[in-house]
Amino acid sequence: MNDALPPPHVPAGLDSIEAVHQGLEAAGYIASRQIATAVYIASHLQKPILVEGPAGVGKTELAKSVASWLQLPLIRMQCYEGLDESKALYEWKYGKQLLYTQILKDKISSVIGETDGLGAALNRLNDFGDIFFSHQFLEPRPLLRALETPGGAVLLIDEIDKSDQEFEAFLLEILSDYQVTIPEIGTVHALVPPIVLLTSNSTRDLGDALKRRCLHLHIGFPDEKLEAQIIASRVPGIDARLLKQLVSFVQQLRGLDLKKVPSVSETIDWAKVMVLLHTAVLDVDMVRNTLNVLLKFEADIEATNRQLAGLTHKARQDGGIAG
Amino acid sequence: MSGATAAPASEPLRRFLQVARGAGLRVSAAEGIDAARAIDIVGFADRSVLKDTLGLILAKTPDEKDLFDEAFDLYFRRDTLDQADDATSADAADGTTPSPPRAPSPASGDGPGSGSGQSLGQLLEDDDRAALATFMEQAAREAGIENIRFFTQRNLYARRILDRTGLREVERNLEALRQDGAPPQALVRAQALESRLDMLRDAVRDLVERNLILFAKGETERFREELLKSARLSNVERRDLDRMRVLVRAMAKRLAARYARTRRRRLRGQLDTRRTLRRNMGWGGIPFITVWKQKRIEKPRVMVLCDVSGSVAAMSQFLLMFLYALNEALKDIRSFAFADSLIEVSEILEKQPVEQAIGRIMDLIGYGSSNYGNSFADFEDGWMKFVTSKTTVIILGDARGNRTDPRTEIIGRLSQRSRRIIWLNPEYRSAWGTGDSDMFRYAPFCNLVTVCNTLRHLERAISDILEQGG
Repeated sequence: MNDALPPPHVPAGLDSIEAVHQGLEAAGYIASRQIATAVYIASHLQKPILVEGPAGVGKTELAKSVASWLQLPLIRMQCYEGLDESKALYEWKYGKQLLYTQILKDKISSVIGETDGLGAALNRLNDFGDIFFSHQFLEPRPLLRALETPGGAVLLIDEIDKSDQEFEAFLLEILSDYQVTIPEIGTVHALVPPIVLLTSNSTRDLGDALKRRCLHLHIGFPDEKLEAQIIASRVPGIDARLLKQLVSFVQQLRGLDLKKVPSVSETIDWAKVMVLLHTAVLDVDMVRNTLNVLLKFEADIEATNRQLAGLTHKARQDGGIAG
Repeated sequence: MSGATAAPASEPLRRFLQVARGAGLRVSAAEGIDAARAIDIVGFADRSVLKDTLGLILAKTPDEKDLFDEAFDLYFRRDTLDQADDATSADAADGTTPSPPRAPSPASGDGPGSGSGQSLGQLLEDDDRAALATFMEQAAREAGIENIRFFTQRNLYARRILDRTGLREVERNLEALRQDGAPPQALVRAQALESRLDMLRDAVRDLVERNLILFAKGETERFREELLKSARLSNVERRDLDRMRVLVRAMAKRLAARYARTRRRRLRGQLDTRRTLRRNMGWGGIPFITVWKQKRIEKPRVMVLCDVSGSVAAMSQFLLMFLYALNEALKDIRSFAFADSLIEVSEILEKQPVEQAIGRIMDLIGYGSSNYGNSFADFEDGWMKFVTSKTTVIILGDARGNRTDPRTEIIGRLSQRSRRIIWLNPEYRSAWGTGDSDMFRYAPFCNLVTVCNTLRHLERAISDILEQGG
């Protein structure tokens, strides 16, 4: 259908937004329309996606699901303060280099043995070029690995906001051209451009240059219907009425003024707990005892405890249980 | 279908980009190109997909997403509105909503009167609303509606658009219909025409209104903010205070974001020989593991002395607000307020929301006439011992001590103990040293004395302090 488009390396299965949606669903990830559109557009424009949103809404999960659906290897790079090229891109194998020079010591005398004078010996050595700075002695780190993987890969650069600004600038070359420059070897181009996802919890503002090169996807908390779908897919075998109550309860919690509102991953955990406890109907005691799964701050738990009866009652009504 | 829309699509997109910029989104040329490429892929057919797609490319923060949603809805709503009642039936047959801002049919770009071959009068008589809407849009475009900036221009643009539609001619025809002594059906026709004409006028006014919001809203807001940033803080009017607070907070947040993190910076390429040798002792000094030099950046410790006497109160209020918003980037701040004597106000500021705290400080000590010598003596008695060689002291005041003893020797001692003293003076340089101003007596002991009376000055001064790492 897209005849205007030069066919880039679009992996199979990415020929419509609907297909993306179904593919992700098959991989166990219920995507909203925005998310599916983002993946679709990103693969056609060959642009990285910058995913922002609160913790636990499935940013990292998205990358994993894309990888498992497209059956590409997932290469993950966790960012942290102080991360630099040698950890992200490549490093010389110092140890191996040293070991080899020691082992090859004897050989050297045979190579330069017959020459007379220092100059001639040096020329001889020069003929061997930079053998110690060749690909053999290069330890590829995630970024380089992602470029060199034949058949493409999904590269996840996790929590980019935790890295330094210098590192962010360093990423630009990879993100826009899918290539990196290694001074001793030259420029390495991607064989097949990887699908790149960056995640950020926005603990600091990212640079404009980085944002400009990415599609910006903001994942918020899902609405009631979508959250129910997500949980149904993650916690198979959950009773439909219980599911409705759980989701209604969590959605109400998000409306409260809490330090940290529960996100999807916490809802999933809670749902698992409830299934494990063979709960069919939420009751106040049960909720009070398991509230620490949802809320991670003492103050939040206290604040919620006071309103527990009302919240539970409403959740039960939404779940279609009278009284 | 994408092939068919690709070429004419660029025009509505270009206009939408302009709208988006007007709404306050920063859209670069590269992003514009990306948007065009993306539209080639998804096409205009599905409005919600289009919205998601453009949102991904153009809006890069949650705030921008909101702005984008608003602009998108406003912009793409406008032509569906007019067609809602009658014209949709034809379009609904082929299952797609008509492609958004209808690229005007005469691709040659002639005026509405000549190009389409139809005149306004004819359109009105036929009561073809879809065509009328297009006609109106095009007239608006020719009248340069996207240049509208101020609400006072509304009537001007409405008039211009109506002129271009050939209203005059219709009005003349109308007159003619009435005058002729009139067969009754002519009068009926005239009446129908008249009411449709009224409708057209309303529609045009509506169109101008919408465009004003589209193109001028972000612009006006930005304009006002720029103005406030460089207005003298003592002149800020009461009604702008809320806006100022938002600005101060935004500025402080930006600075905090910039300086809060990078506490350590690697000096790449500089080997730390001593530590490398030590790390590698186990291998007989062969450097298996290399250690590079690092520079540690300290968070500044800051003590702020704020003059809160009547003359500079407005200014100090903003300084305190600014500093407290910066909490994240500063290691520890202690603040003092003084007029004729000095008290520590850190606790008040920490415990209460800034606006209230400032009111309370003013009640405690503010508005008196200032006595610098006395206040500095108070500081020396109570807090000089907390000043270390890592402390940055910021003094904010006009250095007008009402001819009391300036006690410059205390500032002398302070400058020896502290890392540096920065004096921010809200007066212009030309006023320093005149009258009772002791600025030049204090200046030799300060590392920096600078004029600071707008938000912009304030931002620059604080940014410099953070930059040098305290």
